[in-house]
Amino acid sequence: MSARGVVLAGVGGQGVVLASAVLAEAALRSDFEVKQSEVHGMAQRGGAVVSHIRYGETVASPVVPLASADVLAAFEWAEALRWMPYLAPRGALVVDARRIVPPGACKDHRTWGVPYPAMDTATVAHRVADVLLIDASGIAASLGNPKTANSVVMGAVSRFLDIDDVAWEKAITRFVPPGTEELNIAAFHAGQEAGSVRPEAIPDLGLDPIQQRSYRIEVDHSWCKDCGICPTVCPEFCLAMDHAHRLVVVDEAACIGCRLCEALCPDFAIRISVGDPAVVSGGAP
Amino acid sequence: MTTLSIRADRALLSGNEAIARGAWEAGVHVAAAYPGTPSTETLQALARYDEVDSRWATNEKVAVDVALGASLGGARAFAAMKHVGLNVAADTFMTASYVGVGGGLVIMVADDPGMHSSQNEQDTRLYARLGLVPLLEPSDSAEAKDHTKLAFDVSEEFDTPVLLRSTTRISHNRGIVPLEERREVPVRGFRRDPAKYVMLPAYARGRHPVILERLERLAEYAGELAVEEGTDTRVGIVTAGVPYQYVKEVAPDLRILKLGMSYPIPIERIRRFAETVDRLVVVEELEPFLEEALLAAGLEADGKAFFPRTGELSPDLVRDGLAALGVADPRPPIPDAPTTVTRPPLMCPGCPHMVPYWSIKRLGATVTGDIGCYTLAALEPLATMDTCISMGASIGMASGMAASGGSDEPVVATIGDSTFLHGGVPALMEAVYNDADMTVVILDNGTTAMTGGQEHPGTGTTLAGEKARAVDIPALCTAVGVEDLHVVDPYDVSATLRAIEQAMAYRGTSVVITHRPCVEAPLRVKDRPFEVIPDNCTACQLCMNLGCPAIVWTDEVFEGRRKVTIDAAMCTGCTLCAQLCPPRAIVPVEVHP
Repeated sequence: MSARGVVLAGVGGQGVVLASAVLAEAALRSDFEVKQSEVHGMAQRGGAVVSHIRYGETVASPVVPLASADVLAAFEWAEALRWMPYLAPRGALVVDARRIVPPGACKDHRTWGVPYPAMDTATVAHRVADVLLIDASGIAASLGNPKTANSVVMGAVSRFLDIDDVAWEKAITRFVPPGTEELNIAAFHAGQEAGSVRPEAIPDLGLDPIQQRSYRIEVDHSWCKDCGICPTVCPEFCLAMDHAHRLVVVDEAACIGCRLCEALCPDFAIRISVGDPAVVSGGAP
Repeated sequence: MTTLSIRADRALLSGNEAIARGAWEAGVHVAAAYPGTPSTETLQALARYDEVDSRWATNEKVAVDVALGASLGGARAFAAMKHVGLNVAADTFMTASYVGVGGGLVIMVADDPGMHSSQNEQDTRLYARLGLVPLLEPSDSAEAKDHTKLAFDVSEEFDTPVLLRSTTRISHNRGIVPLEERREVPVRGFRRDPAKYVMLPAYARGRHPVILERLERLAEYAGELAVEEGTDTRVGIVTAGVPYQYVKEVAPDLRILKLGMSYPIPIERIRRFAETVDRLVVVEELEPFLEEALLAAGLEADGKAFFPRTGELSPDLVRDGLAALGVADPRPPIPDAPTTVTRPPLMCPGCPHMVPYWSIKRLGATVTGDIGCYTLAALEPLATMDTCISMGASIGMASGMAASGGSDEPVVATIGDSTFLHGGVPALMEAVYNDADMTVVILDNGTTAMTGGQEHPGTGTTLAGEKARAVDIPALCTAVGVEDLHVVDPYDVSATLRAIEQAMAYRGTSVVITHRPCVEAPLRVKDRPFEVIPDNCTACQLCMNLGCPAIVWTDEVFEGRRKVTIDAAMCTGCTLCAQLCPPRAIVPVEVHP
C-alpha cells in the first residue's frame, strides 16, 4: 500500500501537536514506518497550526502531497477550509463544529462585519468522499472535560484509518496528562460513535455587517485647555497633541462615535455628532 | 515533546532529538547553543543526558567560542544554532577552520527555507564554502543521528570543524531512529601549539594551504559518502537533505545520487554519475549551490530552471519540476481552498508586551524593533514597530536613526531581555557613549519566550535547571552609564505610559525596563478570568487596541458598534483591559461556590 496521509489542523494552543504525537505513536505501535512533520515557532499561540502524519510500509516524504491526504482532521471550522487542498477526493474531512474567531477578524470599523466563513458543509461536501462535522467540544464537555475534544476528534479519525483500538489506547495513555487517561479513552470511543451534526443545528454567530454611520468631531478651542486626556482615550487615534502640545483632530473619518472624548472632557469642549447613516454596499469580505 | 520510545532499540525522534542522540552516542562532552527556531530543541534534548555538559550561551558566537575551547581542550564539542545564528558566530567560525580541532567539533546549523520563523532564508551551504569547512546534510531523522556521529569522526580525522546542516523539515519532522549505545571517548587534553592555535598573521599564513589540502581529501571522502540508487536513467538527480525524500516520493525509480556531504562537492564522483544518465538535474532547496559548481566544472546540469530558488521545496513543487522534465505525471488540478479567515500569530492573552507597545503607540514614536515574540507588535492592532532586522539591531539602529535627524517623532528601540543580553548590550554602550537622544524599552519577561521559554544569563537558572547567578539588567544599564532609568510593571497601564513618556522627554539615552514574567514560561499564568457586563459595554473598542486574543466581538450592537466579549478559557486575569475600560464594564468573573 502507498503511504497513508493525515493532516491535523487547528489553532495554536489547541493541541494539534499532541494529537499528532498520539497518531504517530499509534501508527508506530502498528509496526508501520512513520514520519510526522509540523511547523511551529512563530505560530505558538493563536496562529494556524498544521501537522502532517504519514505511515505505511515505506514512507519517503514527511510532508503530505496536495490532494492525497486520507483524512483531514480540523479542531475548528475555518482551519478545515484552509487545508482542504491537501485532502484527496477519496478522503474524509473530520471537523469539530466549533468556531474560533481570530481577534484580527474584528477590525472592520466601516461595516463591523467579521469575515468568518459560514459553517456550511455544502461548501466542501462535493470535493471529498466523507464529511463528518461532529460536536466534539459538546461531547467532551458532556463527558466532563472540554479539553478532551481532541480525543473525540481522533476517535472519529480512527474510523477512516487501519490502526486498531489497542494501539490508539496505548498511544493516548502515553501522551495525555496523567490522571486523564481514562477520560480521554472514553472521549476517543465517543468520537468513534459520534454522528454528524447538521450545520443548521450550530447557530451562526450573527456577525453580519451592520449599517455604517459617520461622525463629526467638533472641538471648541476657546474652552479646550489642551490637557491631553482625549487623545489618550480615543480608540481610533482620531485626536492627537501636536508638537506645540495643542489638540488636533487628525483623522475624523476614523471616528466610530464612541464619545469617550466627549464624555471624559473636563471642559465640555468636544462634541460628537452623528452624520447620516451611509449605505454599505456588499457584505463582509 | 518527549521522546517516543516503543522498543528499547528504536524511537520516533524529531531531527533535533536525533541529532542530540547522535551527539550523545558519539561521546560528546560539551555542548553550547543559543535558542533559535528551528534548532532550539537540540540542546534541550542533549541536556537530558547527564554525561554531557550542555549549556545555553549568551549568543551563538559565545556558543561556538565555548565549543572551540572545549575542542582544543581535547573534548568532543558541539554547538547548535539557527541559520542566522551563524552570522553572529561567523568571526570565530571562519578562523576555527584554520585552527582545526582537538576533540571533534560539530556545529549544527538549522536553516529555515520558507521562513516559517525567521527574518531571511540564507543558505548555510555557502558558509561551508566561505569557511572551507565540510558540511553534512541528513535527509531524515535516522540520517540526522548517523550524520552527527559521522561528523565527529570526520572532524577528528581531517582536523576540521564540521557543519551539520538541518532545515525546518529535518529538525521538526519525526521519524524512526535505531538507538545505539554511547561510545565513551577520552578527553585528549590540551596540547600547546601556538603555530596552530594562535592566529597571528605569520602563523595563519602557514595554515591556509593546510586547509586547502584538507579540502581536496574531504572532496574525495564526500564522493565515498554519496549513495547511488534507481534504474530510470532518463534523468539523473543530484540531491541532498529533505529534497531527496521528495524525489523518492514522486519518482521512486529515478537514478539519484544522494550526497551525504554536500561540501566540499565531490565533483569527480558526480562526473562519473553523469556518464550513466541521459541528463543531469540538481534538486536543491534555496541557492543553486551544487548546480553552479557543476556548471563551473564543465558539467551540463539543470536545476533552478525547474525548481524554485525561494521558499521550501515540497513533493508538489518537485513533481512540477520532474513533470516539466518529462519523468513524472503532472499534478492533477486541485481546487483552491474555500475562502476562509486569515489567522496570523498573536501575542498571548495577558502578554506583558502589550501595554509597552500600546503606550508607545499612544505617545507616537519611530520604533526600531528586534527579534522576539514582541515582533508581533508590528501587526495590527498595535502596529507599533518600524524596523526588525537582526538580534540586537534595534538599539544601534535607534542610535543611527536619532543621529540622522530624519525622524519627526522621538526614537524608541524595543528589545527583549534575552535579545538585549545576546546582542543589545554593546549597542547600548555605543548609544550612551555617543549620547544618542533615544529611548530603549527593554521588555524583560525573564525568559527567551519566542523559542518556547528557555533560560538565559538573566534568569538565574541554567539549562540543566540549576540555580545560577543572574545578570542584574537595571544595574547593567547603570554600569554602562544610563542616567535616566525607569523600571515599571507593564501590568500597571498608567505607570508604564508615564514612564515611557518621561523617558522619551529626556534628552539623551534613556531606558525603560518593563519587568513582568512571561505568561507562558517558566510558569503558565492563569488567574481569575474577567468578563464583560454586556449592558455596561459601550462598544468603544478601547480594549481591542491591546490586541489580546481573548477579546472578540459579539453579535450585540451599541450605537452601531459591536460590543466585545472575553473568552474565559483564554483569559489569564491580567486586568489590562479592565484598567482601560472607561465604563468599567470588564470585571472579574463571579466565583461560584
